[in-house]
Amino acid sequence: MTALLIRDLRLAVRAGGGFGLGLAFFLLVAVLVPLGVGPEGGTLGKIAPGILWVGALLSCLLSLDRIFALDFEDGSLDLLATSPLPMEGAVAVKALAHWLVTGLPLTLAAPVLGVLLYLPASGYGWLVVSLLIGTPALSVIGAFGAALTVGVKRGGLLLSLLVLPLYVPTLIFGAEVVKRGAAGMEIATPLALLAAITAGAAALLPFASAAAIRVNLR
Amino acid sequence: MSIWEYANPKKFMALSGRVLPWVAGLAALTLAAGLVWGFFLTPDDYKQGSTVKIIYIHVPAASAAINAWAVMLIASLVWIVRRHHVSALVAKAAAPVGLTFTLIALVTGAFWGQPMWGTWWAWDPRLTNFLIFALFYLGYIALWEAVENPDTAADLTGVLCIVGSVFALLSRYAVLFWNQGLHQGASLSMDAQENVSDVYWIPLVICIAGFELLFLALVLVRARTEIRTRRAQALMARERLA
Amino acid sequence: MMPDLGKYAFAVLGSYGVTALLLAGLLVLTLVQRARAKRLLAEAEARMEKADG
Repeated sequence: MTALLIRDLRLAVRAGGGFGLGLAFFLLVAVLVPLGVGPEGGTLGKIAPGILWVGALLSCLLSLDRIFALDFEDGSLDLLATSPLPMEGAVAVKALAHWLVTGLPLTLAAPVLGVLLYLPASGYGWLVVSLLIGTPALSVIGAFGAALTVGVKRGGLLLSLLVLPLYVPTLIFGAEVVKRGAAGMEIATPLALLAAITAGAAALLPFASAAAIRVNLR
Repeated sequence: MSIWEYANPKKFMALSGRVLPWVAGLAALTLAAGLVWGFFLTPDDYKQGSTVKIIYIHVPAASAAINAWAVMLIASLVWIVRRHHVSALVAKAAAPVGLTFTLIALVTGAFWGQPMWGTWWAWDPRLTNFLIFALFYLGYIALWEAVENPDTAADLTGVLCIVGSVFALLSRYAVLFWNQGLHQGASLSMDAQENVSDVYWIPLVICIAGFELLFLALVLVRARTEIRTRRAQALMARERLA
Repeated sequence: MMPDLGKYAFAVLGSYGVTALLLAGLLVLTLVQRARAKRLLAEAEARMEKADG
């Protein structure tokens, strides 16, 4: 299991692109939005929590199809299916690897981009906390979408169409935490619900993803 | 004699073939009766004027759209548990009908909202949920189209339907939370069951029955089409082998 | 016979019109697909019978 994790991480870093691409995209979103919206601090500060969350979500989306596609093409997914490690475990590890190379860097980069967007000072802590708690759900849900579309040629667009509606609850609660945190309001409820979605998705979705992978390998 | 008999495509074709003309006829009759009654024979509301007439499409389409998803969910579960092909094809047949009903509900809602709320669109929880709902339908249909092997497609869409149902429910509550967080207690939704008087209620019920019957008739036709296509494909595959 | 819709005529007629359009589209699509499937199946079955006989 650890071996699989290390292998996935190494592949992600070595293959180039995959690792930095999401971050670069996130940066671009944070740069383009002020250019489109205008430089007024009040407006930007108000929409910063939403922009940062939507940006993180889209950056996450970029690398989803890599979770299984390469392994599917070169046959290592078949090897994984016959290995003693249950497919559910393999899916969970791959989602974790995806989170380590996308969700975690995004979380760490978010405060810097918050500066660009005039995020109110009280929001930074909650931005990091909400992303830290919420982005694992994005990776797990994304792994499910990637598992569904792994057999489809050029499935990237289809993958986005399938995954984005599933991201709605995470996005709503995540952005709400930051919005309320920045405004100095109570954040316990959305934060708890965000954590509940992540925990539930991480616990249950690998089973659905593994089922989808098995169907696709048939 | 159990209900599972009709999981056999031949038996399903025979039964649905016999039932279909009746369902279709009844659907046309009920819809015509309900809509004519609603459109021509009901008075205008003192507040909403003639826009109340939109309710005879809006509410039935919305409820039929939700029921269509329920049918898809049940059919998907039956397919995954018992591997009856008819069930998977019924789920596939229901999706475009459900999507159309969702669109109808959204569009008629916009037409009603424009004069009543002064806007075509509001990020009201119910409206938002239906928009997200339409996206779920789109993804489900797109996945059916994208996967070539029919059994693989049935399995994958079945899993998506189950997971999607859970997330659709989560989104529902998330959206409720999100909007209330913005404007406290501002309720734009009209709760039909609570404040609609009998004059409007009776034709509305007839219209709801009409839309459900229309859904049933369309799903039967589409499922029969799917079964025929599958059979034709099987025959052609056999030809190629011979 | 036409009821007086007053100033909301556009909203009401628009709703009914778009609904009729959408439903008609779905119905036509369904019937076209049905005709195509029927034809395909009939052709395939005819060929099978020829091959058998």
